[in-house]
Amino acid sequence: MISPLMLRGLWAYRGFVLGSVKREFQSKYANAILGAVWSVLSPLAMILVYTVIFSEVMRTKLPGAESGFAYSIYLCAGILTWGLFAEIVARGQNMFIEQANLIKKISFPRICLPLIVVLNALVNFGIIFCLFVVFLIATGNFPGLMFFSLLPVLLVQVLLAIGLAMIAGVLNVFFRDVGQFVTIAMQFWFWLTPIVYPATILPPEVRALMGWNPMAPLIGAYQAVLVHGASPDWAAIWPVALLALLLCVFGMRLFRKRAGEMVDEL
Amino acid sequence: MGTITVSGLGKAYKTYPTRISRLAEWMLPLRGPRHTLKWVLRDVSFQVAPGEAVGLIGINGAGKSTLLKLITGTTQPTTGGVAMQGSVAALLELGMGFHPDFTGRQNAYMAGQLLGMTADEITALMPQIEAFADIGEYMDQPVRVYSSGMQMRVAFSVATARRPDILIVDEALSVGDAYFQHKSFDRIRQFRKQGTTLLLVSHDKQAIQSVCDRAILLDGGRLAREGKPEEIMDYYNAMIAERENETVRLQEAAGGKVQTVSGTGEATVADIALFDESGERVEVVDVGSPVTLEIKVRAHAPIPRMVLGYMIKDRLGQPMYGTNTHLKELPLSDIQAGEDVVYRFAFPMNLGPGTYSVATAIVSTETHLVNNYEWRDLALVFTVMNMRRPHFEGSAWLDPAVDIQRT
Repeated sequence: MISPLMLRGLWAYRGFVLGSVKREFQSKYANAILGAVWSVLSPLAMILVYTVIFSEVMRTKLPGAESGFAYSIYLCAGILTWGLFAEIVARGQNMFIEQANLIKKISFPRICLPLIVVLNALVNFGIIFCLFVVFLIATGNFPGLMFFSLLPVLLVQVLLAIGLAMIAGVLNVFFRDVGQFVTIAMQFWFWLTPIVYPATILPPEVRALMGWNPMAPLIGAYQAVLVHGASPDWAAIWPVALLALLLCVFGMRLFRKRAGEMVDEL
Repeated sequence: MGTITVSGLGKAYKTYPTRISRLAEWMLPLRGPRHTLKWVLRDVSFQVAPGEAVGLIGINGAGKSTLLKLITGTTQPTTGGVAMQGSVAALLELGMGFHPDFTGRQNAYMAGQLLGMTADEITALMPQIEAFADIGEYMDQPVRVYSSGMQMRVAFSVATARRPDILIVDEALSVGDAYFQHKSFDRIRQFRKQGTTLLLVSHDKQAIQSVCDRAILLDGGRLAREGKPEEIMDYYNAMIAERENETVRLQEAAGGKVQTVSGTGEATVADIALFDESGERVEVVDVGSPVTLEIKVRAHAPIPRMVLGYMIKDRLGQPMYGTNTHLKELPLSDIQAGEDVVYRFAFPMNLGPGTYSVATAIVSTETHLVNNYEWRDLALVFTVMNMRRPHFEGSAWLDPAVDIQRT
């Protein structure tokens, strides 16, 4: 999937990759007085809005919601992790077009660009998720050792995002419709996944269709671990992991096949 | 170390009749290609030996930029390939990717990282980069307050912070103030002395002739000529001057130098010679002695307005002095076919020791691009020697009266 040559290129340009991640973080907040605080405030505001609007409606429907924070935790578990997924896909589909100038004029390993996108998204996610964990510990809702079963789930989710981002990113260079389509599709996908609402409120025939939504088992796993302290449903995650790998392989093949042509097209 | 081998290089862009056709080609690979190829570069082969400096010239659209992009690996060739040995630094787009909100120093890091350096390496080179860029406190101010020249300075300093085995320079250097241009050219020369191979793209005659050992002329995506910079530059100039129904001819002049003659041919230089004070025809002239350049022009067709110009160039082809009868306000009108006109230009030979050549141009106006009757390079070659003066350096005789005061 990744050739040794690519790895060598990445290693040689590690300075560029890390520097870019750092710079993007800085540039986002360099001219704001509150700086990095904003990266926390915006998701916090979103969670607040959803909590205020939906908590009254949902609390009764959320099974095992003894804690007053149960819905907030449920919401955070889904929204924060979805945010990571959505950021990688959204930034990924634009990464080559955004950096067209660099790609056309300077010779550097192009594979750096997806890596920068993923690392940036992980940094943003890391900050907000750490705060969330602090909140969990403070309110006595930390799930204990079970928390670490989130790591493989997170890995599968990131792989799925990378696969989709690579495919969308390369295709978007040649067919700009792809970018527009992905943006719309992601909105539908968000609401078609039980993030804001629990899956239990869905009619049974719709719930059966959830089996076709690869994000549903992943988000479900976060919610199970963080709200109920229960183990993820591994049986449902395996097929998603397989799909994520397939998409990554396909995405990399597409990238390697079209990288040269891409420069001409930009 | 430091070789470039370009073999059978070709580049074509795919053009599709409609947006859908590309999709169709991708989806139905068995139905065959639906694109047509537009060739911008074809069958280009050349080699650059270690330590050699090669100039690349050609009109806009001749394929120079594409060739450089292929050599640096930015774009993939359609046919052929490029092999390089040694480390490469390319000054193609200086200041590419500079972020306006970051300081010069931060951008220097970014630019260095784009060249594959790590932060530590750049930190080690930073004092030297700062010293060469020489923009003082601006180094720690955001790039958006920079002038384009300052941005250039930082970019150039980073790109050349380490001596590469191969240096590829695009016209980038024509930006920036005169002082920095000299400074950057000095650095390139210094690299050359230390053995760096150089590939230089420029329209600037001086730059090519003063730095390069060899020049390559690209025309219409093909390698048109390869040879001595002086000869290629002359050919290139003639090529620009020539457009419709004119041809460039090459004549072997005395001494084995190739003379380029171009033009429509209504008038030609029949004879050209240098005479000393006593009216003696000379080829060797003493520094500072009065001489007369005599040029005999023969008209082969009626000419409404005729201007004769000449340019004295040094051995690298750099202009020493040039003028014409338009600038001297002595153009001639209504020349008859078969008429001979003798021009005499008298001046003191205030040039330093060396060999020089004279190029002539017979035109209708001050530029040779409108009505170019004849353009002749290397029409005359002469030598200046220092026979009576104390030794001095340089190609101009600017003898000072010296006054020294000690207190």
